[in-house]
Amino acid sequence: MSGGRIVLDIQDLKTCFHTEKGDVRAVDGVSLGIPEGTTLGVVGESGCGKTVLALSVMRLIPIPPGEIVSGEIFFDGVDLLMLNREEMRKVRGKRISMIFQEPMTSLNPVVTVGAQIAEIVRLHEGKNGKEALEYAVEMLDMVGIDHPEKRARDYPHQMSGGMRQRIMIAMALACKPRLMIADEPTTALDVTVQAQILELMEDLKKRINTSILFITHDLGVIAHFAQNVAIMYAGKVVEQAPVGSFFNSPLHPYSLGLIEAVPVITKEWDRKKRLRMIPGMVPDMTASIEGCAFQDRCGYVMPVCREREPELIEKRAGHHVRCWKWA
Amino acid sequence: MENGNILLEIRGLKKYFRTRSLQYWKQEGLIRAVDDVSMKIRSGETLGLVGESGCGKSTLAKLIMGLEKPTAGEILFEGENIAGYSRGAWRAFRNKVQIIFQDPYASLNPRRTAGKTIGEPFLIRRKGLGKKEIDEHVARLLARVGLSRDQADRYPHEFSGGQRQRIGIARAISVEPSLVIADEPVSALDVSIQAQILNLLKDLQDQLHLTYLFISHNLGVIRHMSDRVVVMYLGRIVESGTNEAIFGDPRHPYTRLLLSAILETHAEKGRKATGGPGESKDMVQPEACRFYPRCPIAGDRCLAESPELLRVADDHAVACHFGIH
Repeated sequence: MSGGRIVLDIQDLKTCFHTEKGDVRAVDGVSLGIPEGTTLGVVGESGCGKTVLALSVMRLIPIPPGEIVSGEIFFDGVDLLMLNREEMRKVRGKRISMIFQEPMTSLNPVVTVGAQIAEIVRLHEGKNGKEALEYAVEMLDMVGIDHPEKRARDYPHQMSGGMRQRIMIAMALACKPRLMIADEPTTALDVTVQAQILELMEDLKKRINTSILFITHDLGVIAHFAQNVAIMYAGKVVEQAPVGSFFNSPLHPYSLGLIEAVPVITKEWDRKKRLRMIPGMVPDMTASIEGCAFQDRCGYVMPVCREREPELIEKRAGHHVRCWKWA
Repeated sequence: MENGNILLEIRGLKKYFRTRSLQYWKQEGLIRAVDDVSMKIRSGETLGLVGESGCGKSTLAKLIMGLEKPTAGEILFEGENIAGYSRGAWRAFRNKVQIIFQDPYASLNPRRTAGKTIGEPFLIRRKGLGKKEIDEHVARLLARVGLSRDQADRYPHEFSGGQRQRIGIARAISVEPSLVIADEPVSALDVSIQAQILNLLKDLQDQLHLTYLFISHNLGVIRHMSDRVVVMYLGRIVESGTNEAIFGDPRHPYTRLLLSAILETHAEKGRKATGGPGESKDMVQPEACRFYPRCPIAGDRCLAESPELLRVADDHAVACHFGIH
């Protein structure tokens, strides 16, 4: 897994939103790398900063109120934060593409899906109208849409949720990007459709050799489809590891809580059984926290946790954790 | 549980919707949202209802609440058909059956404090109560669902998603119902909060002897919560049985497909999740099995006649021509 070229290398990224209640440090010193051809799963609950991280990479943070305060985002060796608007526009959609959670809100309802895919290759690859449309049909075929010539003339509302997400994937992969950012791509879909879409992404990833930044709250998806995982909490990475090492022995109390809070079907059923839960809720992001952000919800809290913030340290080969318990 | 009284019984329930085409000269379509569904809910149990979007599970909830009129069939609550209720009987019924909705953001009145929302059902039921008694009642309910007394004066936007769902639960149990329909109560919540709400629902069931109809698309949640499980596909029950039967010995190819599509962190290595072929929501001809277009074991018989829900073991029934063995 390691040794391959690093496609995306984020160094100490800080993205902040200036609000009336104060500054929200949505992404607070995140460093992550994605080796070529691999999938990195970024996992966390609402408000942990995972979507802001993705939007920062795409440079789609609304400024103001947002601001990328500091850090570097190297994409194939080039710092994206140094590019001007025009240069960034050439990267976006061509070399880095993005898939969102709800395909209906990201597709244009009054343009046929074929034309929407064709537009991307017209803009980025300079294909003429006819070529682009033919290519769009090819892409539809590739993502497993039946009767692609006919379907290319359909509008998004004529398709099911799963089909729309296939269209989004076709658009995202139209220019054979180096990196695809998928933000909860299957959360709105039924389980059987989710499995189909994930299979499709996995297959296309191998064919095009795209790397994936996969954002989700679902650890099950990560266990099956990612090579590396980063757990985010309150804007920071609290644990980061290869998937095998992570699921064999998760280190951070929050990671452990996330895994155990999910009811599973593989375990014995007992009517009286209660789920292990993480008490409380995520801290107010506008308040500055003394010490570890997870202290109030943590079962292992120690005095030091309330005083100083732990560093992200390497506990095992490639397995990093931000917790005083392991320091 | 096995010999508990039947609290709610549904017999041959159907709900068809006519769809209007924009092209008015075209024939109208007919959606069989709930098509010949029969089931029983026993007093004190949790019946899990699982299925994917469009399978009719929410329509079924609405029918039981009396929010939709059935096309055909009967809903018997404590042995009485709710269709024949007088106005007074309806009011009593509403006290006995309450619902918790999926989206705690959309189901609370934003201009009403938590206390008002929780106290109102009680106020309607017990007219002539003083402010003090209602405040007491609200405080008791807030404590029950893990909120503090002073939070009664706050508005919904001041609460987090999990807290809002607690308010929704407090409102539902305010009138001491016997049946609570929980329609995807944790689907909109983060996993750590989801576990808190599921534990709360279990505690309340023990304390208040509630019966739950628990609707979810999440099989893990259904497994955790349910005593018995009903699996629906496109308006029909394809399999029903005890928790152990459905998860330990699934017979219907759709139940098996659902189970194989689940991604779990504990799952054995190398196991591939499969979604199966297609996702066709197109109706095949009405006499055919609804699952025919996606079924890996379908035969000619499945096109010719729709399988009946047949008993295969004690408290385990399957609607499949080939899934019985």
